[in-house]
Amino acid sequence: MAREMLKGNVAIAEAALRTGLQAYFGYPITPQTELLEHLARRMPELGRVFLQAESEVAAINMVYGAASAGVRTMTSSSGPGISLMQEGMSYIAGSELPVVIVDVMRGGPGLGNILPSQGDYFQVTRSAGHGDFRPLVLAPASVQEAIDFTVLAFDLADKYRHMVILALDGLIGQMMEPAELPPMAELRTERPAYALTGASGRAPRRISSIHMSGPEEEAFNRKLQARIGEIRAAEQRSVAHFADDCEVLVIGYGTAGRIAYSAVAALRERGVPVGLFRPQTLFPFPEVALKQAAAHVRAVLVVEMNAGQMLDDVRLALGGRLPIHFYGRMGGVLPMPDEIEGAIMALFEKEAV
Amino acid sequence: MTTTPLEHTLHDAPEAACTCPPEMHAVYEFPESLGEGYTHYCPGCTHGIAHRILAESIDELGLRERTILVAPVGCSVFAYQYFNFDGCEAAHGRAPAMATGLKRVAPHNIVITYQGDGDLASIGAAEILHAAARGENISVIFVNNAIYGMTGGQMAPTSLEGQRTTSSPFGRDVHLVGYPLHMSELLATLQGSAYIVRRSLHNPANIRKAKKAIQTALKVQMAGAGFSMVELLSSCPTNWGLSPADSLKWIEDKMLPVYPLGDYKVNDVVRALDAEK
Repeated sequence: MAREMLKGNVAIAEAALRTGLQAYFGYPITPQTELLEHLARRMPELGRVFLQAESEVAAINMVYGAASAGVRTMTSSSGPGISLMQEGMSYIAGSELPVVIVDVMRGGPGLGNILPSQGDYFQVTRSAGHGDFRPLVLAPASVQEAIDFTVLAFDLADKYRHMVILALDGLIGQMMEPAELPPMAELRTERPAYALTGASGRAPRRISSIHMSGPEEEAFNRKLQARIGEIRAAEQRSVAHFADDCEVLVIGYGTAGRIAYSAVAALRERGVPVGLFRPQTLFPFPEVALKQAAAHVRAVLVVEMNAGQMLDDVRLALGGRLPIHFYGRMGGVLPMPDEIEGAIMALFEKEAV
Repeated sequence: MTTTPLEHTLHDAPEAACTCPPEMHAVYEFPESLGEGYTHYCPGCTHGIAHRILAESIDELGLRERTILVAPVGCSVFAYQYFNFDGCEAAHGRAPAMATGLKRVAPHNIVITYQGDGDLASIGAAEILHAAARGENISVIFVNNAIYGMTGGQMAPTSLEGQRTTSSPFGRDVHLVGYPLHMSELLATLQGSAYIVRRSLHNPANIRKAKKAIQTALKVQMAGAGFSMVELLSSCPTNWGLSPADSLKWIEDKMLPVYPLGDYKVNDVVRALDAEK
């Protein structure tokens, strides 16, 4: 496959159908709408299901239905729409169904604006719905990574029978850059053993999120937590740059991680001993690799496009062992490389490293 | 008179009983589509009748092995367990959306939602309206008993003017909380709906008509003819504070004048289906 100029939202849509997406349900919201529009044209061409729902509430419950039938299904939205989907997301988690949800984050709270943001970090990693569950969250920093993580998202969802959220900011969704799409995969024809297909020659199957007795609900929760524990142990992903010999480690994901890379690389050219750690999974947070990368540093700087949300996970991972600083921009304002350079240099002075 | 349930009597009957003369035939059998466990419905509640005629209809049309039931939140939250076919349990009001997802990816399945008045006419008003507008090829059993049963008798969107409930203790004041919703009339106005009728479960004659309507709704889906809904006026002795017998009379005296029985939408495709028989 050749590299071609692709917009992030379109690339995710095309990657999803090439990896076997059988049914998409969604509702227009900026800055993810091109994803829906691409599938509106492509899915019918392939004889697959595309449906624009009357709301995000309906869209996620259509996804719930399609997942109950055992097909690869997804939806996409942005913060305000994800808020509406949280009810259905909780039911899906309580029914142990594999689904993929794309959140192209925008400025908030409230209607906010349509500019790139990472303000939904807590929403996708901590509070994706009522009750105890945590989705697996992938955070791409380029169009190519958005494509690769879309393929990975479906595989991980099926592997764990778990919800996978692709969390990107509006910049990755809207940006065009060269990237390579995967080849068209064969559609899965058989349906999984839990799927509702009609009780033909077998006992009836049931899908629900109800466990009426306390002990039964607790046993289900233990099972769910065991799976989340498995995911936590096996699926942490991250990349590090200039980390082996750095004294200050910058930590950022998605667009913030990518801009931070520009700042770190520029400072490295000037001989400043700074490195970058970029989480690719937000849950599970890549704490094992971060602990290693930060083992020899004097201080860390967390850079986000929010008020400091991943910051909590960095604090949990690194304990009180070293100074943890934060630089963030909000409301759809991007941190510029020179601002991050300034924050890094200020840190060298402050921590006297 | 023994209190043994009739189906047990039939099941326990000795083999010899089957060698009956050819002019004799079974007049009552336990529907294959109905589950054998106990339900949690209150004594005198007509959910049991609705379940029974739905199961019989599915059996008679030979649809059991293709059927998927989407249960609501409300008294019938466990309906997906009470039948001998596949089923699932939707979020409150979202059954039509979940059914849409199921039906769109597997059109050969027969997808049925079973919803109460709070589920369908209040919290799920948008989902039912748009499923009907799309002409979604699903069948909806809408059980209207004018009250929230599971949560203990609060006012429903279909509660009658003046009806006393735990959340309208002085009677439903339409100037304060608005008027009852007439869902069959409303959905019948949509181009996408194919078959919308209201029936009642208050006596055997009406129960037979209700069953016939359910069969028609299922046939509409089998033919791919679009959205069908059978509204069933139903009783709630527990939360109405009436005996089962008085509850059936309450349907007749109080509900029928507000919710007239009848065919609200039988489109040309459905008419043609009927004519084929």
